[in-house]
Amino acid sequence: MAEVLDLAIRLILIVAAFLVLPLVIGQTEHKVMAHMQSRLGPMYAGGFHGWAQLIADGVKFMQKEDVIPAAADRRIFAIAPAVALVPYLVVLAVIPVGPGLVGADLNVGLFFVLAVMGVGVLGSIMAGWSSGNKFSLLGGMRSAAQLVSYELPLVLATSSVAMAAGTLSLPGIVEAWEWWWLPWQAIGLAVFFIAGLAELRRPPFDMPIAESEIIMGPMTEYTGIRFALFMLAEYAGIVVLSALTTVLFLGGWHGPVLPGPVWTLIKVFALAFIVIWVRVSYPRLREDQLQKLAWVGLVPLALLQLAITGVVRVFTA
Amino acid sequence: MTERIVGIGAGAQAVGGKELATEDMVLNIGPQHPSTHGVLRLRLTLDGERITAAEPIVGYMHRGAEKLFEVRDYRQILVLANRHDWLSAFANELGVVIAVERLLGMEVPVRAVWARTLLAELNRVLSHLMFLGSYPLELGAITPIFYAFRERETVQAVMEEISGGRMHYMFNRVGGLKDDLPAGWLDRAGKAVADVRRRLPDIENLILANEIFLARTKGVGVLDRDTIMQYGVSGPIARASGVDFDLRRDEPYLAYGELPVKVVTRTAGDCHARFEVLLDQVKVSLDLADACLARLRELPPGPINQRLPKVLKVPEGHTYAWTENPLGLNGYYLVSRGEKTPWRMKLRSASFNNIQVLREMMPGHLVADMVAILGSMFFVVGDIDK
Repeated sequence: MAEVLDLAIRLILIVAAFLVLPLVIGQTEHKVMAHMQSRLGPMYAGGFHGWAQLIADGVKFMQKEDVIPAAADRRIFAIAPAVALVPYLVVLAVIPVGPGLVGADLNVGLFFVLAVMGVGVLGSIMAGWSSGNKFSLLGGMRSAAQLVSYELPLVLATSSVAMAAGTLSLPGIVEAWEWWWLPWQAIGLAVFFIAGLAELRRPPFDMPIAESEIIMGPMTEYTGIRFALFMLAEYAGIVVLSALTTVLFLGGWHGPVLPGPVWTLIKVFALAFIVIWVRVSYPRLREDQLQKLAWVGLVPLALLQLAITGVVRVFTA
Repeated sequence: MTERIVGIGAGAQAVGGKELATEDMVLNIGPQHPSTHGVLRLRLTLDGERITAAEPIVGYMHRGAEKLFEVRDYRQILVLANRHDWLSAFANELGVVIAVERLLGMEVPVRAVWARTLLAELNRVLSHLMFLGSYPLELGAITPIFYAFRERETVQAVMEEISGGRMHYMFNRVGGLKDDLPAGWLDRAGKAVADVRRRLPDIENLILANEIFLARTKGVGVLDRDTIMQYGVSGPIARASGVDFDLRRDEPYLAYGELPVKVVTRTAGDCHARFEVLLDQVKVSLDLADACLARLRELPPGPINQRLPKVLKVPEGHTYAWTENPLGLNGYYLVSRGEKTPWRMKLRSASFNNIQVLREMMPGHLVADMVAILGSMFFVVGDIDK
């Protein structure tokens, strides 16, 4: 009975985090972006500095008509947002926030995370194909092309960490982490974070969405709650990317004075802030330029990181 | 950049059969599309994302301005004429009043001439700032537009103070300006100019040398001199390709003959060059505005317009008045039969000619480049469709 209760509490906490954190980051984005652009951002919803803006948005989205175009492949069109969203929820279950504080400690956690996150992009491709819209189709094609470029550097960068820690378990990696891993794994950190931004389709890698070129890419035909789910997936993605970067490269809950989970949250939000900052300051790359960046820049760098990790491991072992 | 075709493209060539043949897709950009600034329509033929043919289809915003000119008297025409390019209303009014004044043989008071020059340059700054903000936005950089609009508000405040309008100033009159400049306005305008000059580097530092911006604009949409001559492209777009032609210097109107007009040119002819020309032109215009302000301060008090008869009839004749508008050459060919309305007034607008060249520029580029090129052609749909 105690085990069941334990599991239930963990799952409730994960779902709560999954519902709250993306909203917090979304609200942060509203406000941070606004202040970087000399505006105020939301100020009215909820009273205090528009804190309830995203809740208001959510309510509005729910009230809207859920339109499915006549030319759409209805079933695929309907499940695409779920396919985009659910993987991030699943990933959240294996990310440790403190010693012992993890939904499920898998001993192949890293594999699991990479495999499940790869599914998320299918939602975008499915939406692009099933919408029966040329702009969506182009967006779906771009998503697929993007997948080719970031997946390999992502895997290479994480395998470097796995090699350093000698384990694939995420809590195991955090436990093995020492402060000098920061300089040691710095290249891997950069590669992972950049490739992660590409995976999330966040600026400067938002070519699949590119509202000035292909309207909204795969999301063009979506309305109401399904559109909201896509947006939620984007922000949940930021949470997951920041959390993974924290766990793999920044030592998770390690930190002085404050309790572990607080450190994890601080690091996650710092990274999320960078994700927002990048959006405010950079234009959008072109699809072929991302591929060039990935194959000429990120992949060799990740391989270099792997070599460095290997050499250091051999000498310290 | 070397380009290598791998995958289905290379395989399809080897097979040669029909099974792997791909079909071109026709994609309509517009008339409702976020990056067409209105209702321009582009009919693209795409092979994958590569454009094989592009056809600009215009006319969705045609309002028959030229025909309306023929049934309005000369005061009313100004209201119509300042509307086709809604970002440079003052410059549009200028061509009409210059043409009418020329046919009337009317001399404009010297203060009006300098004030018009000043307002024309401020209007140019306003128009250019709009594109300096919107172009990065089309490339995905969302911040510069807020900086650009902060500057626009600064200039617009002084324009609003004299004319009451924020877009369609209607401050020109045949024979001068509507009203004298308010007391202390010159100082406020001078401060606005100084503020804009001081803060302009914000936009420049944020975007001009950004690696991604360079990657998206350098060498993209190169327009050569010959094509420009053939299509009658003018303004900043032509000057970015090394066409050193600017009416303010080469055929001075208003007070430009007495001002040192620096003509900004570039030779690259790509999107980045066009953006640079626009940015530098803002600086030149701010300097010209300062020079005008200095002159206006020195001028002795005097009239700012001419008394007009109740019914303004223009003597029989015809004339062509062209001005260097923010977006390029803007010309009015006015034919009068001595009545209170023109018999015909032909409008040559800059964007109409500039946009035609798109069909030459687009093919071979990607859809993403299409937006980079379209944005760098600096057009206003009203100016295309009249």
